[in-house]
Amino acid sequence: MKQPILQCQNVCFSYHNLKGETSALTNISFQITKGEFVSIVGPSGCGKSTLLSLIAGLNMPESGTITLDRSENTKIGYMLQQDHLLEWRTIYQNIMLGPEINQTITPENEKLALTLLNDYGLARFQDKKPGELSGGMKQRVALIRTMMLNPQILLLDEPFSALDYQTRLMVSADIGRIIRKAGITTILVTHDLSEAIALSDRILILSKRPATIKKELPITLTLADDSLLAARNAPEFPNYFSVLWKEISDEYDTENR
Amino acid sequence: MNMIQKTANTEISNAQRIYVRNHKRHHYFITVMRIIVLLLFLFLWEIAARLKWIDTFFFSSPTLVVTFFIEMILDGSFFVHTGITLFETLASFFLITIISLLFSTLLWYSNTFSEIVEPYLVVLNSLPKSALAPLIIVWLGTGTDTIIVAGVSVAVFGSIINLYTGFKQADAEKLKLIITLGGNRFTAFRKVILPSSVPLLLSNMKVNIGLALVGVIIGEFLAARRGLGYLIIYGSQVFQLNMVITSIIILCVIAMGLYQCLQCAEHWYLKHK
Repeated sequence: MKQPILQCQNVCFSYHNLKGETSALTNISFQITKGEFVSIVGPSGCGKSTLLSLIAGLNMPESGTITLDRSENTKIGYMLQQDHLLEWRTIYQNIMLGPEINQTITPENEKLALTLLNDYGLARFQDKKPGELSGGMKQRVALIRTMMLNPQILLLDEPFSALDYQTRLMVSADIGRIIRKAGITTILVTHDLSEAIALSDRILILSKRPATIKKELPITLTLADDSLLAARNAPEFPNYFSVLWKEISDEYDTENR
Repeated sequence: MNMIQKTANTEISNAQRIYVRNHKRHHYFITVMRIIVLLLFLFLWEIAARLKWIDTFFFSSPTLVVTFFIEMILDGSFFVHTGITLFETLASFFLITIISLLFSTLLWYSNTFSEIVEPYLVVLNSLPKSALAPLIIVWLGTGTDTIIVAGVSVAVFGSIINLYTGFKQADAEKLKLIITLGGNRFTAFRKVILPSSVPLLLSNMKVNIGLALVGVIIGEFLAARRGLGYLIIYGSQVFQLNMVITSIIILCVIAMGLYQCLQCAEHWYLKHK
């Protein structure tokens, strides 16, 4: 068994205010091996994003532990729902925001930025402002900004939800391919079941709040070709979809009962 | 050449040409009317004075004002008084800008601090600042620094509250972004809050320059031997209404000039954003 790069053990978390506490996560335990692409799905408001911010270290779990593989100084990249590009900066300056904050602007970093811009087909736009780019392009810029930190683990919090459906299909397949090529361990939070199946190696299904892991579903798809929609055309796809759909709609049923 | 121009002209539709012409015409009309209003006012004022409908002892007249203004320039008093008022206004304006920027940053940085200080700020802001002027005179005497402090006191509290509210409205998700990129609250301020607040800063400065002038004039009324505020109060006490009215007109021009400077800065910023 490979050494896991990330391990969560009995993680619990609640939100507090004066009216009382809301338990968001209870006893979440899972582990992720290096290079894996894992999606987290669950009913809306179940605490998916909370789990990501715990892994990113923005919040601390109330109990339980989150362990990162410390052997190689694991860095985490976090891509938020909106692109949040700063509109007064050019695309290039937006990408260099991370190195700028960490005061690591080096010739290598600058070269990396240009290489990534080139790879993602954005080289022509490096001196443009975000307002001049389409939604899909902006999302790619946001991904480059995250990649500039050289993360070993990438956290994606519904990164495509701000896009319209067609762009979303294109960009998610596109970004999925980029991440796989780079071999980065990724955790994707999404409410789009087909997106989760198309992109991941494994899917964690969370129950409704207080969330716990209800089921783990490993995904293996037989791809006919390497077109963008190949994953969605795989023969196993409908089967996975109905399994996921059943698990999630069960959660809604128990809520309404 | 002529041919080309003609074809170029026909490419613009007739309706568009009429629209552009009407727009320009409207623009000229407004400018001309503004000048006419001013000239008519000056003309009526002068006529009324010449025909003794009004007493020039109390109401002066355009020619008397101009004569007095020329006298002021010749004996150099124009430069002394205008210079000192301008200097005091600019000094308090810069102090207001710096103090309110620093203080609102501090308030934004620490929630606890801002919660503690908030009621005091609200009280100081709603207090009529002219009530403080006599106190400042007793503490600091009757010099330039008193007047600068009076100018600062009028605008600084409102400016702090205004900037702090603006800083707080910045997108919380953008702060989260900076944290995920490895920054802290201070980096977030430098990289996100400050650049996104430039329009707010500029509009805040436009308010402050006017208020600084108000404070300086109040200060000069109470505690000065030089400056336009002093001329106004002195002139009214010795019934030299020419002096009062000339000073007020100079003040109008100064106020307009300062405001226009900031307006230009704002335009420049919007253009080069």
